[in-house]
Amino acid sequence: MSQLQGFGGFQFDLLERNEKLKEKGYQVPTARKTGTTIVGVVFQDGVVLGADTRATSDTTVFDKNCEKIHYIAPNIYCCGAGTAADTENTTALISSQLKLHRLNSGRESRVTTALTLLKRMLFRYQGYVSAALVLGGVDFYGPHLYTVYPHGSTDRLPFVTMGSGSLAAMSVFESKYKDDMSRAEAEQLVYEAISAGIFNDLGSGGNVDLCVITRGHTEYMRGYAKENERLFRKPQGYSFPVGTTSILSSIFEKSLAHTPSVTDPESSFSMAVD
Amino acid sequence: MLQGVGVAPFKSTSEWLPSILEQQHMMGTTIMAVEFDGGVVLGADSRTTTGAYIANRVSDKITPLAERIYCCRSGSAADTQAISDYVRYYLSIHELDLDDWPLVKTAASICRELCYSNKDRLLAGMICAGWDPHYGGQVYTIPLGGTMVRQPYSIGGSGSTYIYGFCDAHFQKGMSREQCIEFTKKAIALAMTRDGSSGGVIRLVVVEESGVSREMIAGQDLPSISAE
Repeated sequence: MSQLQGFGGFQFDLLERNEKLKEKGYQVPTARKTGTTIVGVVFQDGVVLGADTRATSDTTVFDKNCEKIHYIAPNIYCCGAGTAADTENTTALISSQLKLHRLNSGRESRVTTALTLLKRMLFRYQGYVSAALVLGGVDFYGPHLYTVYPHGSTDRLPFVTMGSGSLAAMSVFESKYKDDMSRAEAEQLVYEAISAGIFNDLGSGGNVDLCVITRGHTEYMRGYAKENERLFRKPQGYSFPVGTTSILSSIFEKSLAHTPSVTDPESSFSMAVD
Repeated sequence: MLQGVGVAPFKSTSEWLPSILEQQHMMGTTIMAVEFDGGVVLGADSRTTTGAYIANRVSDKITPLAERIYCCRSGSAADTQAISDYVRYYLSIHELDLDDWPLVKTAASICRELCYSNKDRLLAGMICAGWDPHYGGQVYTIPLGGTMVRQPYSIGGSGSTYIYGFCDAHFQKGMSREQCIEFTKKAIALAMTRDGSSGGVIRLVVVEESGVSREMIAGQDLPSISAE
């Protein structure tokens, strides 16, 4: 580090210091992580992205229904795993850069552009921005699907999974993926993969969110499946008919306050308040 | 930090989550390149790992730098992708200035410069190989420290340690294109069987004056190894 200081890039000295402090027993405040299942699949004429909706901080579930599929451009979306703040801000930053690029060029954004911007940024931060992403979209060249790792490496694949639930989701993909699936088949496969993550991984949970991107059309399906809807015995609440509780005895006393006494207990309109 | 994913299943998620999410993406690899008269053969396995998990079983570690120059990448995936992106960029501009095929040595030198001047921040072992009209097929290897050596053939990555003996015994000067392809295939297949961090499919690239051809040998079609 010291040899090439001032050469370029960022300085990470303070982060090294923090590691040393942690070793000596300093309690570092924890960031909100999205222990996550996120996936993506390419099908006949587009891509399907999927995500669970649990956000955790240590072992506590902080948000039971958070959004993990982030907007990048009208034709590009991105699922995020890792530190919630990092995934939200990186995707928002790249989204705004692409918007400016669209306004300048007057053309639809390309997925490779988003990918390059993301990987350059994450590589600059040497993995300290912990954003693990699944980037998908359809552009001039057709459907694209990529994974981006926190250190800035990328992979291009027909089906991908990320996050703590990636192993559960990948087992579904590896056994059921086919080339050139229909839209309905792809949706079902992604739903099954996310469900596998929700039910088999502690870090994942909540509902299934889906985003289907085809040429010229994007459908964001928030709460595609509600796997963990809270069950009430009486969803509409409780109501009791008058007289359910029997009156054993009644005592009437004159009020001490300077308010007119209520003559008819049934009619609240006659009650005057000062 | 180097905790495996399946080691402690009942630890709280926050404890084992970073190991899979934040650990550096590595290419425990077998890569190789061989010169022949008129071109080069490049070969690589296709496994990318995050700790004990295979993050990609069909990766492409043979990356183009120019029309007739390729490189094999080993080490950190992020670092080697960044390096090859830079080399490709510098080389594309150099090609415009030159108005001719860039030299393989030029590509390798740019690679070396980046690897050497950032040696304390990078984990990258590269093999640059290709064809140019002045010197024909060439193989340059750039190991971890950032030195650059021309070799008649080169092997690299964690899997290469298993096949030094095989390569020394079977490499001959003046092998034909087909002999070089067979040599590369066999060497990588051997490394893939012994090295846990190498595997998947074999990817081959042949670079010649007449063009570039690619080949993929799927897992079930790997050359048979008599020991099994």
